[in-house]
Amino acid sequence: MAWNLENDRPIYAQIVEKIQFQIVSGMYKAGDKLPSVRELAAIAGVNPNTMQKAFSELERSGLIVTQRTSGRIVTENEEMIDKIKKEMAKEQIERFLEKMRELGFEKKEILEFLENNQEEG
Amino acid sequence: MSSLVECRNVTKCYVNGRPAVYNLNLTLEKGHIIGLLGPNGSGKTTLIKMMNGLLKPTNGEVLINGILPGPQTKARISYLPERTYLEAQRTVKDIVEFFGDFYEDFRKDRAYAMLEALHIESGARLKNLSKGTKEKVQLILVMSRDAELYILDEPIAGVDPAARDYILRTIIANFNPAATLLICTHLISDIESILDEVVFIRDGQITLKTTVENIREQQGKSVDQYFREVFAC
Repeated sequence: MAWNLENDRPIYAQIVEKIQFQIVSGMYKAGDKLPSVRELAAIAGVNPNTMQKAFSELERSGLIVTQRTSGRIVTENEEMIDKIKKEMAKEQIERFLEKMRELGFEKKEILEFLENNQEEG
Repeated sequence: MSSLVECRNVTKCYVNGRPAVYNLNLTLEKGHIIGLLGPNGSGKTTLIKMMNGLLKPTNGEVLINGILPGPQTKARISYLPERTYLEAQRTVKDIVEFFGDFYEDFRKDRAYAMLEALHIESGARLKNLSKGTKEKVQLILVMSRDAELYILDEPIAGVDPAARDYILRTIIANFNPAATLLICTHLISDIESILDEVVFIRDGQITLKTTVENIREQQGKSVDQYFREVFAC
């Protein structure tokens, strides 16, 4: 299947994350039209009702907006997209810090590590 | 909620032995994709055959849209049996045309489009096709109808994984939101992402009917994992 979804947690929640990511990363830009529920369900290989549920969730959060004539679009509110982007970045950092702490690094060491890594890259 | 299939206290006994289906109650609503899952010999095929009017219940009744199975209900149910009934001598094109004549709701253009996408020669005779290709042809025939209820008994068992993906995508894309699809299979992990609901059947009785998202949420497991646990030998 085109979308790599795990079957042991709710699929709609994973679709919400996936579409959020696609919007934040710029695959769909502010104001872009989204494919229909059915098209996206076929692409993702999921049940159309599940896709519908994910869309409803994204609509409730305001990230996507339903327009009567032209279907669903990504919100034009760039601040909101930016906010979600930062939330997602924060999550990534927390996950990274947790792993680093598990490996036994102190905060100072981690920072040094990051800087050195940047120089190398 | 409008029910499409209604099984009321259904029992089916064959000659000798214990009943294949016993005092079974089940309601299927419109607009869902449902997996009918159970171990070998749990009564899946018997139940499906009763919905299709191929078997009569010994007791109780099966109603489709409120009426007993008959010509009227068969015109609205598209059924893929576990065994083929097509004549091996005939060509794929012959059979497509035959289905077009036979079923009012058959869409020939859809059938030919799917055959082409799966690179199946419509001039080929069935007997010269591989097992998997034959299964694809039958599934295409069944999914090319605009039915209210699709009943698929082991639809993808002999089909390779790439074609499986195509077939599942095709089912989703062509699926009429008001129709219901009942899939009976052992290959749970391949189909569980397209299901709304699952029905577990054991010893001829329904042991569970729930949404797949419920299982994931409450059990933290995939339907496949959950099935293995519930029916562990």
